[in-house]
Amino acid sequence: MPDGAAPILDVSDLKTVFTTRGGEVHAVNSVSFQLAPGELLGVVGESGSGKSVTMMSLIGLLPMPPAEIRGGQVMFEGHDILKMTPAQLRAVRGRKIGFVFQDPMTSLNPVFTVGFQVAEPLRRHMGMRKKQAWKRAAELLELVGIPDATARLSDYPHQFSGGMRQRVMIAIALACDPQVLIADEPTTALDVTIQAQILELVRELRQKLGMAIVWITHDLGVIAGIADRVMVMYGGQIVEQAPVRELFANPQHPYTRALLETLPSVTGARSKRLKTIEGQPPALGAHPTACPFRARCRHVMDVCHEQNPAITTLDAGHDVACFWDATTGEARHV
Amino acid sequence: MFDGVKKPILKVDDLKMHFPIFKGVFRRKVGEVKAVDGISFEIYEGETLGLVGESGCGKTSAGRAILRLYDISGGSIELNGQDISSLQGDELRRLRPEMQMIFQDPQASLNPRMTVASIIAEPLDEHKKLSKQQRMARVFELMDAVGLHRDFANRFPHEFSGGQRQRIGIARALALNPKFIVCDEPIAALDVSIQAQVVNLLEDLQEKFGLTYLFISHDLSMVRHLATRVAVMYLGKIVELAPRALLYSDPKHPYTEALLSAVPEPDPSSLNKRERIILEGDVPSPSNPPTGCNFSTRCPRVMDICKKEVPEFKQLDDGRHVACHLMD
Repeated sequence: MPDGAAPILDVSDLKTVFTTRGGEVHAVNSVSFQLAPGELLGVVGESGSGKSVTMMSLIGLLPMPPAEIRGGQVMFEGHDILKMTPAQLRAVRGRKIGFVFQDPMTSLNPVFTVGFQVAEPLRRHMGMRKKQAWKRAAELLELVGIPDATARLSDYPHQFSGGMRQRVMIAIALACDPQVLIADEPTTALDVTIQAQILELVRELRQKLGMAIVWITHDLGVIAGIADRVMVMYGGQIVEQAPVRELFANPQHPYTRALLETLPSVTGARSKRLKTIEGQPPALGAHPTACPFRARCRHVMDVCHEQNPAITTLDAGHDVACFWDATTGEARHV
Repeated sequence: MFDGVKKPILKVDDLKMHFPIFKGVFRRKVGEVKAVDGISFEIYEGETLGLVGESGCGKTSAGRAILRLYDISGGSIELNGQDISSLQGDELRRLRPEMQMIFQDPQASLNPRMTVASIIAEPLDEHKKLSKQQRMARVFELMDAVGLHRDFANRFPHEFSGGQRQRIGIARALALNPKFIVCDEPIAALDVSIQAQVVNLLEDLQEKFGLTYLFISHDLSMVRHLATRVAVMYLGKIVELAPRALLYSDPKHPYTEALLSAVPEPDPSSLNKRERIILEGDVPSPSNPPTGCNFSTRCPRVMDICKKEVPEFKQLDDGRHVACHLMD
């Protein structure tokens, strides 16, 4: 850990496999990371890079079968979440670890009022009575910036706009004062001006409540503005991990470097032609025995086809999984 | 851009696209969604006009209305000097080869039961009489142009990735040698690393075939890369229309300003330098827009007049058009 604090969530060597008719799909391959208390960890990657599946597996939200967790450990408050019984898991999920999903339209139940849905975790986990929970629900809606909160408790989800629904989702996730909040693409379905509102809200809430957040996104711009530390995933693996400024100023993995180069910007210099990453993201299949990025990599070497690079720790909490050394431009000496 | 006289390929004047709302047993008309409410602009030959705005602002409706996929509610559209706003049936059909569309979702816009070759050849079958050999030769030519391998001609859409599917959609749009193409969020459904590939392809094709694009998008950074001029839409109206450099360096309309400041920049060190404008509230409903300026309910610099009078869309000294009372 960069600051030496004991991690609140410690994931090591997590492996998730889906069994499908076409064979096994290794979606998460030996993922290890730690989350410090109060930290915001950004997770970036393209679709199919395993970022959502990683987070779903560590709190037991994947349907099993077809999913199967082949190995690893997720330590939270001294217990391994992966070994918990369903009842123990329910006591943690929604209570100590909150979850915000991508699509606020489909994750709220259309036949219950918003108030009922915000009050539900309070009654389930905190043992509150109906009246008390309702009152707290109003406070929560106010906390996430919904005007006229008490009156809106009896409204149904369809009476809220997209941005407001995402605020409701955040209120539900925050209801039991979780230590960890996992947000899976929480602003992807929203417009930029609404996204800006939600990002501002999360910044405020972090200062007020101080929980640790895992923020999954494909948008490097969002990550740059909100994260303390960033984890880049590709082909079901972590390819690079670093503090946010370090990652953007000094990217090491060829994938991260290429990704940052392809992005156009609204300020700064305008390039005549966009840089691209040729080829397609890999199809996840059997357990990878070579680097998942080798087919698209600019600096590919012979060794990349034979072995899957292990994580190398550079200075300042900067990890990278690559045989190529960005500083020297040659093969890495280990 | 060419110097001298710029020739407008498309002229849109006060275009309106209102959708009726029906209610009750007798399906009586109870109101209108004013998706596009009086927009005017020109697109010059060979340029790319970026049309940006948030969801529900009417940008897609505008694109579809311009191609006459709808019967428009008012105003006029001129393509190559010909008024197409009231054409019907056969007359309209004969114009289709001139103007084509690339859709947002390559998954939904390709028929899953047709092979790539038959998808790309469909416009040819409809509009041209070609022999079998000519038809296949044209399909291969198009597949080469968009970077699809000829071996894939007999495969089905589900066998392709999102980026490749979008290439199929682009090949189909190019089949009849159109001059004008409406690109409706062509990269929104694609991964970041694939977006750049498709954008570069669109630029190459534009240069090669002399295409003119109306590029509809919510991605302001991609529009900055692609567009010659940019129009910003809010609730059915264009609030600002300016050459690219001018719009991004010095936005005049408060909405443009807020929109640009809301785009997250992939640079953590820029955080403190940029001033963020966080707009309050949501976009009003287009079936019940506010009186006066549409943006008056969220504008950080709202004045009394904004709530009463609709601002005029007028030209400033530097050539751009803005609809805002602050410019008076």
